[in-house]
Amino acid sequence: MDILKDTKIDFIGKRHYAFGLSIILSIMGIIAAVLIPLGKANLGIDFTGGMAIQLKFEKPFALEDARKILDKENFKDAELQQFADGNQLLIRFKNAEGELKATSDRLTPAFANGFADNKFIIESTTAVGPTVGKKLQKDALWAVGILLLGILIYLALRFELIFGIAAVIATFHDVLAVLGVFYVLNKEINLLIITALLTLAGYSLTDTVVVFDRIRENLRKRSKEVLEDLINRSINEVLSRTIITSGTTLLVLAALLIAGGEVIHDFSLALFLGVLVGTYSSIFVASPLLLVWKGKRGRLIR
Amino acid sequence: MPKSIMWRLVLIGFFFLLAVALFLPSTPFSKSLPSWYKDNFPKIALGLDLQGGMHLVLQVDTEKGIENHLQRMSKGIDGLFREKKVAFSEIKAQGHEVLISYQNEAAKTAVEKAMGDNYPIFQKVSEKGNSAAYTLTDTETKRIKEWSTSQAIETIRNRIDKFGVTEPLIHAQGKDEIVVQLPGLKDPDRAIALIGKTAVLEFKMVDEAGDLKKALDGQIPEGDELLYERRVDTESGAVRQTPFLIKKEAVLTGDLLTDARVAIDSQFNEPYVSITFDSEGSRIFADVTAQNVNKRMAIILDKNVYSAPVIREKIGGGRAQISGSFTHETATDLAIVLRAGALPAPVNIIQNVTVGPSLGEDSIKAGVKAAVIGGILVLGFMLFYYRLSGLIADFAMALNITMLLGAMAWFNATLTLPGIAGIILTIGMGVDSNVLIFERIKEELKTGRTVRSAIDAGYDRAWWTIIDSHVTTLITAAVLFQFGSGPIKGFAVSLSIGILINLFTALVGTKVVFDFITQRRRIERLSI
Repeated sequence: MDILKDTKIDFIGKRHYAFGLSIILSIMGIIAAVLIPLGKANLGIDFTGGMAIQLKFEKPFALEDARKILDKENFKDAELQQFADGNQLLIRFKNAEGELKATSDRLTPAFANGFADNKFIIESTTAVGPTVGKKLQKDALWAVGILLLGILIYLALRFELIFGIAAVIATFHDVLAVLGVFYVLNKEINLLIITALLTLAGYSLTDTVVVFDRIRENLRKRSKEVLEDLINRSINEVLSRTIITSGTTLLVLAALLIAGGEVIHDFSLALFLGVLVGTYSSIFVASPLLLVWKGKRGRLIR
Repeated sequence: MPKSIMWRLVLIGFFFLLAVALFLPSTPFSKSLPSWYKDNFPKIALGLDLQGGMHLVLQVDTEKGIENHLQRMSKGIDGLFREKKVAFSEIKAQGHEVLISYQNEAAKTAVEKAMGDNYPIFQKVSEKGNSAAYTLTDTETKRIKEWSTSQAIETIRNRIDKFGVTEPLIHAQGKDEIVVQLPGLKDPDRAIALIGKTAVLEFKMVDEAGDLKKALDGQIPEGDELLYERRVDTESGAVRQTPFLIKKEAVLTGDLLTDARVAIDSQFNEPYVSITFDSEGSRIFADVTAQNVNKRMAIILDKNVYSAPVIREKIGGGRAQISGSFTHETATDLAIVLRAGALPAPVNIIQNVTVGPSLGEDSIKAGVKAAVIGGILVLGFMLFYYRLSGLIADFAMALNITMLLGAMAWFNATLTLPGIAGIILTIGMGVDSNVLIFERIKEELKTGRTVRSAIDAGYDRAWWTIIDSHVTTLITAAVLFQFGSGPIKGFAVSLSIGILINLFTALVGTKVVFDFITQRRRIERLSI
């Protein structure tokens, strides 16, 4: 069975549209990447420092009531989030001073009184000091940098430097795009999301490497073909693989997204978006980028 | 059957059975396994996010550690100078410096010589009038800081061992941080109180002559300090604070005690902590009590007065008791920290993640459910799209997951929630190798090759692509492992083990099945 038979889509011809879209996505990402260290984004408390307390009630409750209780107790800057099933409540205090225990000791009776007929338990508590957040932000940036450098070196060894540069740009583009979308959706950016970003960098590279491999193979076999046509041919040849692999990966990620529970919902979402963008970028960003530096044809071949 | 095929099948079968054997003790079925088997095999550990528990990151106040160290050192210098009859007026530690004052030039030379001869770890930083300031050399400062951290780890480990938590994990992180993981912990507040207490026990005399009222207004006599006793009324919960004017100099400290136990006061039926001093401590305690009959001695822990009883008579035998408004629990914990010893420097909790057991249970359920759904979707798709070859790929995936779980058990790896996501992602990416090979075989078939040579060419051509894509993902996993903590490390571990196993099943596992099918008879059409 084949979903695609001998496609001859002109991907390279559409590269200007694609570059346009990619530039928009990247700018979104860059804006997010600039604003995040300035604290103007929805950063998780692992980066800002602060406290989070998660409660689980017996029955669903109204978020408004919870907010009233907190206002009455004079908890300032509390951010509330109710989870999908309506039973769970996450209370976050960013940049909060004070003790976790003192806060939860004050919260517990307030909620016990406010929700007299709806029992609850404290499911988890988290407190992070402000210095930890700064260090983590720095570590995260380092991790992204080291990852891209490692990939660049490996691909430069296996292919030509140009392939490495194109792959790294495409990967960076994917990370920025997902970061930008998360920023626009006002999703919390925490350590798990950074993990997802690094993972999707790995995935996107895999995808790019498969296309590059075919381009290199065709460069050896068909040394007379025009580079544009050769890249198009290569992309089309591996297109069904690209779609099937992305499709199956998206299937499992969709399962994670829907059934994986609240804790990894956003993590799964980041990966899901990442696979979409990663697939797009290996076709529309990484491959056309090879043309930008094409120079003499021979330079693409080892 | 040709030998090469048979050997590969045997190898795969062996790995499969080994993986099952390794993984079984980590499953719910382990209950029905014989104990020699389940007790002696390594198991997959559940991360704190899955089984509940507490993850703490403590930062040792190494600056304060230096100050504490200098306090102790200055006493040593004092003793040495007296012994060697070096003329000096006063030695005191102040921040990161030891200040030594003397009468005249001759004394100055003597002090300098004595310091140079006996304390090469000190260097003179400044001199003013009749006194000189010394600090520790940089190497010594660094050594003391490192010592503070490692000593704090030892002490905390000691306390936790006595407290009784199963499989605690305590290790250093960076220069001055300590990570403490306590899985399945029931009472986080109590554990924090136990771990975070510096536990410096001091016996100091109450300044009976001093004016407490004036001191409360801020006029504290030279050499005294104002400390409080906090009493919590067990019924109303109200806190009552009583101020004491206390002489700064400690007559006796907690490092001279050999034991601390909980005992019950027979008169009031209240728990107290009974402590026993070593021989030197006993001697000092007897001397001090003999000299101070009818005066009050305050028992102070971390700058809090626990009690300030009046000394009725000389106390020999080296025993003392600390009473306060203890519950049995708080008395037990105090005995534990006293036995384990004081921290060389205070610690600050800079990160505290506590997960209740119910959240973990929900997460496991959701994760397993997602894995099953995702797995079935992918298996079904492969079977539908690639038919017989899809079945082979499905077989490879089953092999893949079994071996991944077996390997995780073997390495005693910790399964975290992102780790489950990592496994699920491995399912998705594991299929990729097979898709690459199958699509390649299809292409080769289209060029008119026979089934047999198309299969070989498909594997050959896809080989480097698969290696490249796996290596790039491995680099990612390595970076994640290096950068991440806790749950993220778990993700990196399951991802990298998954990738390696995936390489094996894709390049060896499925190939041998194709070889097996095609070697018996000439196949004209391949179901792919």
